[in-house]
Amino acid sequence: MLSSPVIELEQISKAFGATQALDRLDLHVEAGQTSVLIGPSGCGKSTLLRVLVGLIEPDGGTATFEGTTITPQSVHALRRRMGYVIQEGGLFPHLTATENVVLMARQLGWPEPKWRSRLGELAELTRLPTDALGRYPIELSGGQRQRVSLMRALMLDPHVLLMDEPLGALDPMIRFELQVELRAIFRRLGKTVLLVTHDLDEAGFFGDFIVLLRNGRIEQRGTLEELVNEPRNEFVRAFVNAQRSTVAPLREDPRP
Amino acid sequence: MSGIARHLFGVLVLVLSAQAVFAQEPSVTVGSKKFTESVILGEILTQLAATTGAEVEHRSELGGTRILWSALKRGEIDLYPEYTGTISKEILQAGDAATINEIRDALKAEGMIVSEPLGFNNTYILGMKKDLAEKRGIRRISDLARHPDLRFGFSNEFLDREDGWPGLRRDYALPQRDVRGMDHDLAYRGLAAGSIDIVDLYSTDAEIEYYGLLALEDDRAHFPRYDSVIVYRDDLEGRAAEVVTAISALEHAITAADMIAMNAKAKVENVPESRIASEFLGRHLGMQTDRRDVGAWERFWIHTVEHLFLVAVSLAGAILIAIPLGVIAARFSRVGQAILGTVGIIQTIPALALLVFMIPLLGIGAAPAIVALFLYSLLPIVRNTYAGLHDIPRPIVESAIALGLSPSQRLRLIELPLAARSILAGIKTSAVINVGTATLGALIGTGGYGQPILTGIRLDDVGLIMQGALPAAGLALLCQAAFEIAERRFVSKGLRIKAG
Ligand SMILES: Nc1ncnc2c1ncn2[C@@H]1O[C@H](COP(=O)(O)OP(=O)(O)OP(=O)(O)O)[C@@H](O)[C@H]1O
Ligand SMILES: [Mg+2]
Repeated sequence: MLSSPVIELEQISKAFGATQALDRLDLHVEAGQTSVLIGPSGCGKSTLLRVLVGLIEPDGGTATFEGTTITPQSVHALRRRMGYVIQEGGLFPHLTATENVVLMARQLGWPEPKWRSRLGELAELTRLPTDALGRYPIELSGGQRQRVSLMRALMLDPHVLLMDEPLGALDPMIRFELQVELRAIFRRLGKTVLLVTHDLDEAGFFGDFIVLLRNGRIEQRGTLEELVNEPRNEFVRAFVNAQRSTVAPLREDPRP
Repeated sequence: MSGIARHLFGVLVLVLSAQAVFAQEPSVTVGSKKFTESVILGEILTQLAATTGAEVEHRSELGGTRILWSALKRGEIDLYPEYTGTISKEILQAGDAATINEIRDALKAEGMIVSEPLGFNNTYILGMKKDLAEKRGIRRISDLARHPDLRFGFSNEFLDREDGWPGLRRDYALPQRDVRGMDHDLAYRGLAAGSIDIVDLYSTDAEIEYYGLLALEDDRAHFPRYDSVIVYRDDLEGRAAEVVTAISALEHAITAADMIAMNAKAKVENVPESRIASEFLGRHLGMQTDRRDVGAWERFWIHTVEHLFLVAVSLAGAILIAIPLGVIAARFSRVGQAILGTVGIIQTIPALALLVFMIPLLGIGAAPAIVALFLYSLLPIVRNTYAGLHDIPRPIVESAIALGLSPSQRLRLIELPLAARSILAGIKTSAVINVGTATLGALIGTGGYGQPILTGIRLDDVGLIMQGALPAAGLALLCQAAFEIAERRFVSKGLRIKAG
């Protein structure tokens, strides 16, 4: 299959006062790829995702989503094709898990049998226990909340998933479990994924490509092996070493 | 005032005037001030006017001179008992006391007619306890200059008016510094309790006898004459000539002794003013008049309906306006600060002042009270709506945006439900404040629970005060309870349960 760029960022800049959060950044993401954004805190990872979702308007440059330039006018329609998941899930606390997941579908006028069957599919996919569906976010565990959040993002069957540290707030056991499940889901659905993490190990586990950022610029884009074995500069080497020294050797890739 | 508020203002006025039309207005309306003598005279006028077959309404206990005078000018009342001294100083603002003929001419130009004097002069005097006066050797007002330690407790009107304390202090060069403003009726209690030494009195007050007071001689003739008269609109002669003839029977018919006796009956023996009036008319003018006594329960019911009407209409209006204002304030920070500032300033205007400001615009009765209560109710609701929306965590708002919800969907489905508890708390605060503040409406003729409170203070009748104060407190508690129920209905369970 010939892959075409789903996301194209060209010369994107964004400053907050004196802070240059994104600095003339270029990035292309092909359909079906999982790309992981990584880099020191404050390097602009979240800002990049927020530009794509249209929460932030860049100061300069163009961002294109499936061939359409993202503008405040166009982005509303594009959001139907994006699923956005953030660290704490961003679930609406006044709605039950089900209500959170199906909110947008119902606003779009889906008939009940349709959204119910989609809800069932997603609960199965994310392995969310059925009795959790009727609970409010405050009654769910952190892992369940992230599952619901993912269900909500997937409800309208978006082409792209934008995930900002989706597992960041979870304890290691749950986190490991969810990593494995998430990657299986990505593979199964064949979605284009742009995921942010702090953890190089997690980045290597998920990512076809890893994008290492610093001060709003891309330092290197490549596979984990490329970053480890062919660091483009001193910063990449130092970043990789700092992360590698704290974690166990690269986890076995369970791909056949 | 913003455009929206002005519109609501207009709607309120419309609703209320429509009500007045359907209520089939009585042909003659008598007014009276909030002190007993005025109420008795108003009642006498009412019963006398009713003997002609006219339909007569008595709007009693309407605050002070300014309120009565503007009500008269606007035609909301047709006549009321007044005093010549008050007319010349307060209404005409003449430097020197005008003669009754000068007063007549001046009021004629305003479309008002002044009757012949009714026969007694109810001027201000100063009073103190007889034993203290004897001990200090005080008999005349000029003697007070030698006793700078004496404590004065004056009615607020006396403190303000030119012929009251300011002029008196000048004319007698009085040195006292401890001068407090208080309700006329409370002043007597202070005097009895010994917390004040000198009060202003009306020379026909029943309390002079009752409390054993000495009326100090006005040896420099400071106080002008306060001859009791009736003031009425000149169109009354065309509309109800028989009424004008009937009330003229009171001219030169009431002596100071008659008036003191009637005042004492009301204040000391607690005889209803309507009975005092009918007895007076029977005894002195040989007239048989109808009076309608309203039973305690019926009165309670009427006051409840009046009070609920004030609170419900003003609160409903406030909710309709304040929530959108709060939403706008949360959305647009510049406009938001202006909105919050404006409603905040409204809140600092004293309730009574706000009521009085409204009178030239809206007259007396429910309309100005509802507008004033409406304005007071805005701040808590606007502020809580603003705070409730403003405090929604950013990740929640951004998730809603990223999900593809439109701004109006976000407001309806996410933001308002999340702010519901805060908004409800604001409405609750407004409702409770509103229930209390509405009691002041009685001063401008709205009725409600303020009416028995006002009458109770006037008659020094704690039981009567309780008849207004207790239901008002009860209503406030009821509001609280209602909002607790509303919270269960409007605030999602997901927000009510504690993290476990
Ligand atoms: N709304 C904002 N106002 C001001 N500064 C901001 C804002 N959002 C981000 N920044 C700044 O822009 C820079 C990039 O922020 P961003 O959130 O994209 O970092 P990040 O890479 O996601 O960091 P982390 O790993 O800590 O989440 C930081 O210096 C941050 O302080
Ligand atoms: Mg971030």
